Amino acid sequence: MTATAPSVVIVDDHHLFRAGVRAELDGLVRVLGDAATVEEAVRCIVELEPDVVLLDVQMPGGGGVEVIRQVAQRRPVQRFLALSVSDAAEDVIAIIRSGARGYVTKTISGEDLAQAVRRVAEGDAVFSPRLAGFVLDAFAGAASLPPAEVDPELDQLSPREREVLRHIARGYLYKEIALRLGISAKTVEAHVSAVLRKLQLSNRHELSRWAVERRLVE
Amino acid sequence: MSANIGDVSAQPRPRLLRRDADTGLVAGVCSGLGRRLGIDPIILRVGFGAATLVGGTGLVLYALAWALVPEEGGRRTTVARLAGRRETWLVVGGSGMLLLSAMLLLREWGLWFSDAIAWPVLLAGAGAALIWRQSAAAAPAAAPPVPQRVRPDRPPDPFRARRLPTPALGPAAIGAALVIAAGLVFLWLNDALAPARDVLLAVVVVVVALTLILAPWWLRLVRGLSAERAERIRSQERSEVAAHLHDSVLQTLALVQRRAGDPREVANLARRQERELRAWLNGGRPEPGDSLAGSLEAAAAEVEETHGVPIDVVAVGDAPVDERGAALVAAAREALVNAAKFAGGGTGGSISLYAEVGEERTEVFVRDRGPGFDLAAVSEDRRGVRESIVGRMRRHGGRAVVHSTPGQGTEVELVIER
Repeated sequence: MTATAPSVVIVDDHHLFRAGVRAELDGLVRVLGDAATVEEAVRCIVELEPDVVLLDVQMPGGGGVEVIRQVAQRRPVQRFLALSVSDAAEDVIAIIRSGARGYVTKTISGEDLAQAVRRVAEGDAVFSPRLAGFVLDAFAGAASLPPAEVDPELDQLSPREREVLRHIARGYLYKEIALRLGISAKTVEAHVSAVLRKLQLSNRHELSRWAVERRLVE
Repeated sequence: MSANIGDVSAQPRPRLLRRDADTGLVAGVCSGLGRRLGIDPIILRVGFGAATLVGGTGLVLYALAWALVPEEGGRRTTVARLAGRRETWLVVGGSGMLLLSAMLLLREWGLWFSDAIAWPVLLAGAGAALIWRQSAAAAPAAAPPVPQRVRPDRPPDPFRARRLPTPALGPAAIGAALVIAAGLVFLWLNDALAPARDVLLAVVVVVVALTLILAPWWLRLVRGLSAERAERIRSQERSEVAAHLHDSVLQTLALVQRRAGDPREVANLARRQERELRAWLNGGRPEPGDSLAGSLEAAAAEVEETHGVPIDVVAVGDAPVDERGAALVAAAREALVNAAKFAGGGTGGSISLYAEVGEERTEVFVRDRGPGFDLAAVSEDRRGVRESIVGRMRRHGGRAVVHSTPGQGTEVELVIER
């Protein structure tokens, strides 16, 4: 995978934005195609089988959450990277809990976006500083569940994971974090992937509340 | 009773009936009732006591009020609180049986007004309680709707119409029926109805017929009214959104077109508009005055505007701003200004501000990706860092540490104990 550039499908209902991302990613990743609606996206993804789907969160007809839901039934291995102008917790957490492996905002530079795509293609997770902040907020303090239902594997962050997240929130890159904490970049990635798993599976009240709020609005 | 209902609807914000356990003697029913009616609770207590001693109804009414009237400050009635538990229904059934047998026993012993009074009073009391609660609870819903935040990029919410307050007839209608039934039972038990029985039958038949005829029309009217109201609220929201977009986004776009020759200025305008629009969409950030996170964001916005360097703010947790918090915000602001001056503009890119408000301490990190500098080489006269950041933090019992490596940017770490 590292030898060849990863392949990408861009899903966004704004034509100008799709064209812009295509131009920026040109030469960095292989753009197989793009789609503007939920149905078009599902058809396109199942047919083209890209390594990564760049997915807009807000689209008519159910948005990115709906695309992930429909593709998951037909191509469960598909990896998604959410790309949105919204930085509201409900949007970010809902799309991650639906199965996206990362979240970046649309102001990201083309180079950083290509880097994020490569990371997702290799099965790692991509956290923006703001997403890291949301996770720290949601996992702050004791779990708001009855003690019998707290699963330490899912509902709490380890001290090391917390430290990695704080560095992401402070604006450090993975390799800088590895340097500062004296661990390998691979270990940093493993911590972030573990946090992603907790984020998707934990029953913590804050997470489910955010996810549910968004779904009601859709 | 009817006078009270009238009063409730006439007042702009009716005071809901609440039990007042603090000043009450038993469960606060009398003192709560007295407050709402404007009567000395003593009178009500004497009334309840007398009704208890003579017929037992006082006790029953008091128990009903305890169960159905929520406590001051609480929102749910005792019944609603208990109904959440499964075994509650068994308890309710049991208590009902006990109450019934107690009343029958009292009746057997002769501690009883007479059937002609006790049962109608019980029925009327229950009915009145239902109507009254309903009128008090429904009134706030008639207040003008709070404008909800609307995201212009989303389709109108189809569920919103259904969330409108519908005229809640159920409990009120049952209450009215109970009161009327009580009146009828009273008349019937006192043999006052015998001559009127034929007339009554005729009236009942006419009423039933009229109901059958008018019900569909009336239902349509109610539905039409609520649809119209939903439409009105929606158009109100739409004009609010339009007004906001006009004041902010359109103005900025006009400015952008006029300053198209100055890329830096255009980027600044776009950034400022983005921040404003986000704040508006998120329903307004917390007021800077009461929120540490809000104050930090306001400080970042100000520096961003003055120096034209984007600043990404991530805040975890929040707290009110005390004296130390204010010092922390001032020091963070100084650190941001430094970062913007020495690292912004060029290839530096954006500045990150991360704040974590914990239970024991508050930490703020300001990080830039500028050229960085050698700390040892900083001359003594650079008062900015030394006085306004390090000195200020020390004076308020905190500390400030500057990490910088040439070529890798600078990070200022501010810590203050809470």
